[in-house]
Amino acid sequence: MLGNLATAGGSGYQTPTTAEFYQPLWGDGPMALTRPSVVIMASVGLIAWWLIATTKQAAIVPSKGQWLTEGLYGFIRNGVARDIIGSKDFLRFVPLLFSMFVLILVNNLFGVIPPVQFPTMSRIGFPIALTAVVYVTYHFIGLKRVGPRAYFKNMVPGGLPGWIVPLIFALEVITFFVTRPLTLALRLFGNMFAGHLLLLLFITGGQYMIINGGIGLKIAGGGSFIMAFVLTIFEILIEFLQAYIFTLLAATYIAGSLADEH
Amino acid sequence: MNGTINIGGNIAIIGYGLSAIGPGVGIGLIFAAYINGVARQPEARGMLQSIAILGFALAEALAIFGLVLAFVFKTA
Repeated sequence: MLGNLATAGGSGYQTPTTAEFYQPLWGDGPMALTRPSVVIMASVGLIAWWLIATTKQAAIVPSKGQWLTEGLYGFIRNGVARDIIGSKDFLRFVPLLFSMFVLILVNNLFGVIPPVQFPTMSRIGFPIALTAVVYVTYHFIGLKRVGPRAYFKNMVPGGLPGWIVPLIFALEVITFFVTRPLTLALRLFGNMFAGHLLLLLFITGGQYMIINGGIGLKIAGGGSFIMAFVLTIFEILIEFLQAYIFTLLAATYIAGSLADEH
Repeated sequence: MNGTINIGGNIAIIGYGLSAIGPGVGIGLIFAAYINGVARQPEARGMLQSIAILGFALAEALAIFGLVLAFVFKTA
C-alpha cells in the first residue's frame, strides 16, 4: 500500500516547499504586494482599534477587553521590562517592548486563525525589520550613555589576564554586532517558518492519503489530521512563547547596554 | 517491489537532523534544571522561569541555524 504512494510517480504527493511562502497578491518582483504585507497592515489596524477601544473608557471595574489589555500590558511592564531592565529607567522602554510584543503576538496568532492562516514572520523580511529596531536601540543607548570608547571597553569584563583580552574582545564584538541580531531575527523566522511548514505537511499529506490512498492509507490520513490538530495547539503555544522570547531578549540587550559593568 | 530502493531527498536535511541533536540535549538539560529548582524551592518559580526560557531560546538558536542552512544549501 505504501508502494502506491511511492510509485505514483509524477502525479504523486508533492511535499510542501519554500515556494508556499511567497504569495504575491498584486504585482511582482521586489515591489509586489504580498499576502504577509496585507496581513501585517491589517494587524496594525486591528491592534490600534483594539487598544483604543479597550482603554478609551477605562473603568475601575474593567470590562473583559480592558482586563485583557491591562493584563498584557502589566505582564510586559512588570514581568519583562521591570524585572530585566531594573526599576530605575525601565519606563522609557515599555512602549517599545509592549508594541513589539503585541505586534509579534497578533501576527503569530494569524498563523492559525482560519481566514488568515499565514504567519507573517515566516517571511524573513519582517523579523529583520523588527530586529533592526532593537539593534539600533541597544547600540544607540549604549553609545549615548558612555561614549564609543567606554562602550567598547565595557564589552570586556574587568580582571582578566592581559593575554586573553584581545580574544574576549573579538568574541564580544562578534556577539554584539553579528550573533545577537542574527539569532534574534532567525529565531522568530525559523520557528514560524518550520511550524507552518509542519502544519502544511500534515494537512496536505492527510488530504492526499484520504483522497488517493487505499483503506489503510485513509486511516493513516485520519491520523495525520489528528496530528495536525495537536500540532496546531502546539503552534499556539510556540507563538506565545516566541513573542515573549523576542521581547525578553530585546529587554535583555537593552539592559546590557544600560548596565554599568559588563 | 523489486530489490532496489530509490531514496530521494537531500543531504542538507540530514545535516539539520544532526544539528538538532545538540540543542535537543541542551534544552532537555535546561528544563530538567528548571524543574529541579522549582521542586526544591517553589517560591523561586517566577525568577527561574524567565532564566529557563532565556536559556531555552539561546540553545534553540542553534537548531534554527541548522534548519535555515538546510534550506539555504539545498540543491534540489
